[in-house]
Order: sequence, then structure tokens, then C-alpha cells
Amino acid sequence: MTVHSTISTGSPWYALFSRGARDWLRHNEKVRESVQQHLPDLVAGSDLITGSEERTVHLPVRVLEHARFRLADNQMESYRNAGQGQGQPGDVLRPAQQRPDEDDEAEGDNSEGEVRLLLELKVDDIVDWLWEELKLPDLQPKPKTTLSEDEFVREGWDKRGARARLDRRRTVKEAVKRRAIQQDPVPFSNEDLRFRQLVHRRKPATNAVVLFALDVSASMTDAERKLAKTFFFFVLQGIRRKYGKVETRFIAHTTQAWEFSEPDFFQVTGTGGTGASTAFDLAIEMIEAEYDPAQYNGYLFYASDGENFTEDRSAATAGLAKLTQLLNYVGYVETVPGSSRVTDTEMKSICAQLEQNGARLGSCVLNQPDDIWKAIRKFFMQEALQGAEV
Amino acid sequence: MEQEELTNYAEKIETLAQKLGLDYYPVDFEVVPNNFMMEISVYGLPVRMPHWSFGIRYIHQLIRQGMGHSRIFEVMFPGDPCHAYLVRDNSIAENTLVVAHVIGHADFSKNNHLFARFMEMAGGHILEQAAERAHTIEMALAEHGQQRVEQILDAALALEPHVDINQPLHRRPYPTGFSHSAKEESADPFSRRFHRLPGEADPQLPEARRRTIPPTPEYDLLWFIANYAPEMEGWERDIFLAVREESFYFYPVFACQIMNEGWASYWHARLLREADFLPSDLYVSAIKAHSDVVRPFAADNQLSLSINPYHLGFSIWEDIIEKYGVQRARQICKDEDDFGFIRNYLTPELAEKLDLFVYEADHEGGIRIAEKNIHAIREAILAPKFNYGAPRVAAAEMHVDGSLELIHDHKDDGRGLDIPRAERVLEYVTRVWRRPVSLQTVGGSGHPRVVSSKPIVKS
Repeated sequence: MTVHSTISTGSPWYALFSRGARDWLRHNEKVRESVQQHLPDLVAGSDLITGSEERTVHLPVRVLEHARFRLADNQMESYRNAGQGQGQPGDVLRPAQQRPDEDDEAEGDNSEGEVRLLLELKVDDIVDWLWEELKLPDLQPKPKTTLSEDEFVREGWDKRGARARLDRRRTVKEAVKRRAIQQDPVPFSNEDLRFRQLVHRRKPATNAVVLFALDVSASMTDAERKLAKTFFFFVLQGIRRKYGKVETRFIAHTTQAWEFSEPDFFQVTGTGGTGASTAFDLAIEMIEAEYDPAQYNGYLFYASDGENFTEDRSAATAGLAKLTQLLNYVGYVETVPGSSRVTDTEMKSICAQLEQNGARLGSCVLNQPDDIWKAIRKFFMQEALQGAEV
Repeated sequence: MEQEELTNYAEKIETLAQKLGLDYYPVDFEVVPNNFMMEISVYGLPVRMPHWSFGIRYIHQLIRQGMGHSRIFEVMFPGDPCHAYLVRDNSIAENTLVVAHVIGHADFSKNNHLFARFMEMAGGHILEQAAERAHTIEMALAEHGQQRVEQILDAALALEPHVDINQPLHRRPYPTGFSHSAKEESADPFSRRFHRLPGEADPQLPEARRRTIPPTPEYDLLWFIANYAPEMEGWERDIFLAVREESFYFYPVFACQIMNEGWASYWHARLLREADFLPSDLYVSAIKAHSDVVRPFAADNQLSLSINPYHLGFSIWEDIIEKYGVQRARQICKDEDDFGFIRNYLTPELAEKLDLFVYEADHEGGIRIAEKNIHAIREAILAPKFNYGAPRVAAAEMHVDGSLELIHDHKDDGRGLDIPRAERVLEYVTRVWRRPVSLQTVGGSGHPRVVSSKPIVKS
């Protein structure tokens, strides 16, 4: 019997095969999903809001392994395998304190070569993904802040201009062009010179200030603060994406209000009751003193467990009402971790009342980390809507 | 130009191979670009279903190749005809060697009983079928959406090695009604033969009891889930059976790796040696490529913590042929798999000559040579091959409410499962089984441990 085997050159299409790349992309999508699930842990640092935007987090891709049944690593006994080379029983090949690194064989086979990658992700990138997914509308800058800054922008070239704005690259180009067509050319002539021109433009103001107010009375526990902190972080990220320059201020209050730096802000614990109006008054004071509403887009986000002295009601309502006029938007989140009971709290009714009167204010309840997305979505949608109406 | 030269050598090598008695199905060689080769090695088949886990392997392979750690010479798929892929960028000498090597594989896969059995059950066109199934899955993706298809593949591919290769590929469901004897329940050929051994009594079972599902612990998990999952749709079951069939296809390659690579290496060496038509410089480069592939990982005075299967298999085959001749070697090639091959033919003298040893690595990373006892060496080589390299997990019982109980045979495996991984696999399985699933194993200190699926969250 003769067997005829054939040798052919594979189809030219083979070079275009990219299923591996496609599954790779799908894998990247899974990375995103798992990053999102771990977000509350990722945003645990104390200087998260004011810290650098260049920060990165490490994410072990182990969480993305496609799991299979495997025997547990044996803690008691040692691991045995076959090896090759000259040596006698008892020879120590490697002293302890090092991890064995095995090179699995080169052939692509069925065994799952263990892949351990450590992804380094920029927090900023993660937030970008989230924002992409939330499909939030653009924030509307306050319509009345049409105040503009003047600035000069480079635009175009001319043969005359100030010496300092000589564009060397372009000048040389011109000279080369000229020399190419001239007999016996001079290296440079005045005709070759090109100068950058400036034009005068008006630039809309893009300053924003975000005030964070937090109820630090005894009733706010760690779980509540964590929720509030995570919420503050993401809402700020959203605003940062809209404005060129964003300032942040932190106000904590019990029956009094103080301003804090970020690290202290989430640490501080007060005793005693809750008088939200003090925080609002402090915010108004700050805005009036430092952030002229005509120049700044202002936002206030207030987190509390909802309790407030009844005697404080009218003062708080008045303060909040004034704030809604000064600021682009006021957001109130009520942090009640773990319970999904709907209760009518003091703060909520104040907000509901203001909201009914058409103030630019929104409120939301946070029970669990996932609610943060709902809240952010609600606030941003509402803000965009109301901004458009005005 | 090169193509013609290679075709010319290949023809002559084949004639020589047939003169030397090699018997194989024709081979379709294709010369393909490097990136296609890499995809084959990642997926295990030229065209296979998409799944994100292949994406991880792809990145891994990309990095390894980029660093020069890994170089693929050939991939060969048994069948009728066989398919073999050569890398376009390899030199003509390397590809000539590869052609001879592939012919060795082709001979092995036509004759070895495991390969022959699969081919008898599934036919010789597995590549085309796999591509067809990949296409079906693409259509399922379009029809049912990524999430649903992915959850099926997550479960099916996680259970890939959990098949019972003693069962036929096309297996009938359990008989229904009442059972009377234990004999009919053990349907697979191995147990039937086992029970016929002298001194092996039928296990006593209580008479005429209601059959449970499964009647005996079922290790063929892919088959079991595809057939008995309470709420699976037809196309979902098809995906499970597709993964099972591919798993059956990979098994002979897995179980005969040392024999198969050794056999191919023996033949490529011999064919090249006797190929007087090859120009001498090409012969020298080819033989150099040969010695790069078939060399112990530990060269000269070095030690290696793993054994090159090419070198081990090659050495054993040379030893066999020297002692017993080619005819006997062909018979061994037909009858054995790696278990029989290593246990019967890795002799103490050969192990001594090859400097094989067993080492122990403790969990602090210290490594020392433990012993050179031949039995220990054989078992250490074979240990990763038992049960398709996976823990022994069986379906123990399906309850009336449809919940499933899995059991891990920890006595056989010597210890319990890695719990976090087992939990995740259970999560995959639960999404497909759509009823509670639990798994019994043992924890670190040997006490029983039950892993249960979390309730399914409808999304």
C-alpha cells in the first residue's frame, strides 16, 4: 500500500485568524467586571479624594482564573516528583525559603499552565470604564456663569512677528523648499521666516467647588462612613470629568460644624446630637467668602443617617434652600447600611419638601455599595435635566 | 522553491518509512504562519469554540513566545487523514525533521489501541466536526446571547477532564424501573471484565429496590449533566456533549504522551539516519534540531526537576528495540499506554543510566533528592496522569427535588479538594444544573467537608 500525504501552504486567511485575540478581549471584559465588584475595597485609602489621580491599584488576576477541581495543596506532606540528573538520595538541591518555579512543557496541551498576572490599573482608568457604562449625561455648567477668562491661543503663522515666536521648524522647511528650486541658493533669507501668531479668545470658566458634608454624630458607624466615602469618591470623579479645576472642601458636623482635611474628615467622630443646619451655614459662609457663585460651579453632597433635631428643622430647611440657590446642585444621601426598610427620617422629609418646590436638590438612600451607582445615576440625570430646564 | 524541496524530501521519507514497515493514514501537511500555530496550541484544535479562558492562555503563550521560552515545531492531529501543521518560518531542515516526526506519530495513532478505539467511536474527521461545533456555538451566541452561552461553557470546560473514558462515546441513559442484580448496573466493559475475574464476587445489593440516579457513582460528569440536568435546553446539552467528545479525543494524546513522543522521535531519528538522499548539510542541521528536542532537560552535570518526555520515551523505545526487535516494539505500541509502558519497560538499569530520581519539595521551598527506587520513580512519573490528571469527583445522587450531590473520592486521591476552587466550579455547575448542588470532600485536617452552592440569583 502506498500512502500519499500532501503538503500544502495553508490558506492565506490563516494570517488573519484572531480568535485568540477575541477571547483575550472577552477576558479583559471579565477583568473589568471583577474590578467593579471589588471597587469598595479598592477605594479604601484615606487620601483617596485629594490624592493623586495617577495612583494605581494592583489586582491579582487570580480572581479570573477559570476554576477546575484541584486537589488542595498539601500542607503536611511534601510534594514529590521525578527529576533527572546526577545526584544521590539525600542531596539537597535547593535550601528552603525559595519557591520552586517549574517550567511547564513547551507543547501546547490540555494542562492548565498556571497563569499568574498582576494587573496594575490606574484608578482613573477604572472610573473611566464605569462612567462609560453608566452612560451619564454631561453636566450642565451653571447657565449664569457665563463669566469668561481671556486667554491667548496659538493659531496660524505669518511672515512677520515677534522674534520670540519664531517657528524654527517651519522656517527651515521653507528654506529647504526654496533651496530646492534655486540655483546657487543662500542658506536662509528673510522670506523664509515664519512666526507663530496668537489670537485672543474668551474661555468659559470651568472652575468648580465640591463641598462634602458629613454627619459625624455618634449614630454614624463605620459601615455608614464607608458607604458615604465611596459615594463621595465616585461622585467627585464624575464632576472632575466635567470641569477643568475642581476644589474640594470637607465639612463635618454634629451640633456644630467644622472644616477638616480629608484624612481627618473620615476619621473624626463627634458626640452628641445632630444639627444639620450648622453644616449648611458653614457651607454658605464658605461659598460667600471664597467661591463666588458667579464664578464657580458649586456642588454640595451631604451624607447622614437621616436623623436631625426637630428643633433644627426650620433652620436646616432655610439653609438648604439657600444653598440650592447658590449652588448648581445639592445631593443628599442617607446611609442606612444593611437595611432596606423605608423609613421617613427628618432629613428626608426636608429634602422632599424642597424638591417639591423645585429646588435643585436630589436625595437617595444607600443600603449597600451597589446603591451608590443608582444614586450617582439619579443625581447626574437629575442635575442634567434641571440644568437644561433653567 | 523551498516548498518543492520539502515536498520532494517528504515523498522520499514516506517511501522509506513504508519500506521500514510504518503503517499510517495519509497526512495532510499544512505550512502555516506562526500566529496560526500559536492559536492551535492555545485552543488544542485548529478551530474550536470561543471561551474567555482561552484568552488567558493566549496571553500566556504570547508572553512566553515573546520571551523565547517556547517554540512550537509541529502540531499533529490524528484522524483519517491526519492533519499536521508546520511553521512557515522554520528552516527546511527543521521541517524535514518534523515531517519524519509526524509520520512517527501517524503510525502510532493508527495502531495504538486508545487512538484506534476513539476513531472507531467517533470516526476520523474530528477536526472538521470540532470546527462545525464551533460554528454551532457561534450561532448559539448570536441567538441566546453571550451570558447564556458562556455560563454553559464555563461549566462544561471546567469539567473537561471529568469523563469516564471506559464508557462508549455515544452512551445510552441508565435503564429505568427496578433493578435486580448488580451485574447489569456495571455497564462499562472494564467493570464487566473485572467482575468476571476469578474470586471476584458480585457485590450484594438489596433485592428489587427502586433505582437511584445514578445507580453507581458516576464519574462521567459531562455526560451525566448533559443527560440528567433537570432544566437544560437541547442546545445546552449539545455543548456539554461537544466538550465531552473533544475531551475523549484528547485523552489518548494525554495518556500516551511519553510513548507517542518517544515513538515519533525514534522514527524521525531513524528515518533521517537512513535517508541517504538528504544533502549532508541539511542532515546535520536536522540532526542538530533533533538533539535539541530529544535531550534531557538536565544536560551534562546539571540536574533537572522535570523529565523531558521526548527523551524518556525515546530512550525507552531504543532500549526495547535493541532488546526485543521492532516487531515486539510495534506490539507494545499497540497494547500499552503510558502506565503500562513506564511500569513494564522503564527498567531499573535504564533508570540508572538516565539518572532518574525522585525529589521532594517541602512547602518552604526546600528540595532534596528522596530516592532512586524504581517503583517510586515510575509512580512519580505517572502520578500526574491518573484520572486524566483531575481529582476523582463523581455524581453520587440526584434527589427527588432535583438537587445534585457530588462526592469526591478523597481516599483515592489521598487528600481533599482545594476548597475555594471547588466552590467556584460548583457555582458554574449550579448555573447549569439550575438546582442546588453540593459536594462532599475532606478539609485540610481530614475531617469531612461539604461545599454547597449558593442559591441562584436570577439576574
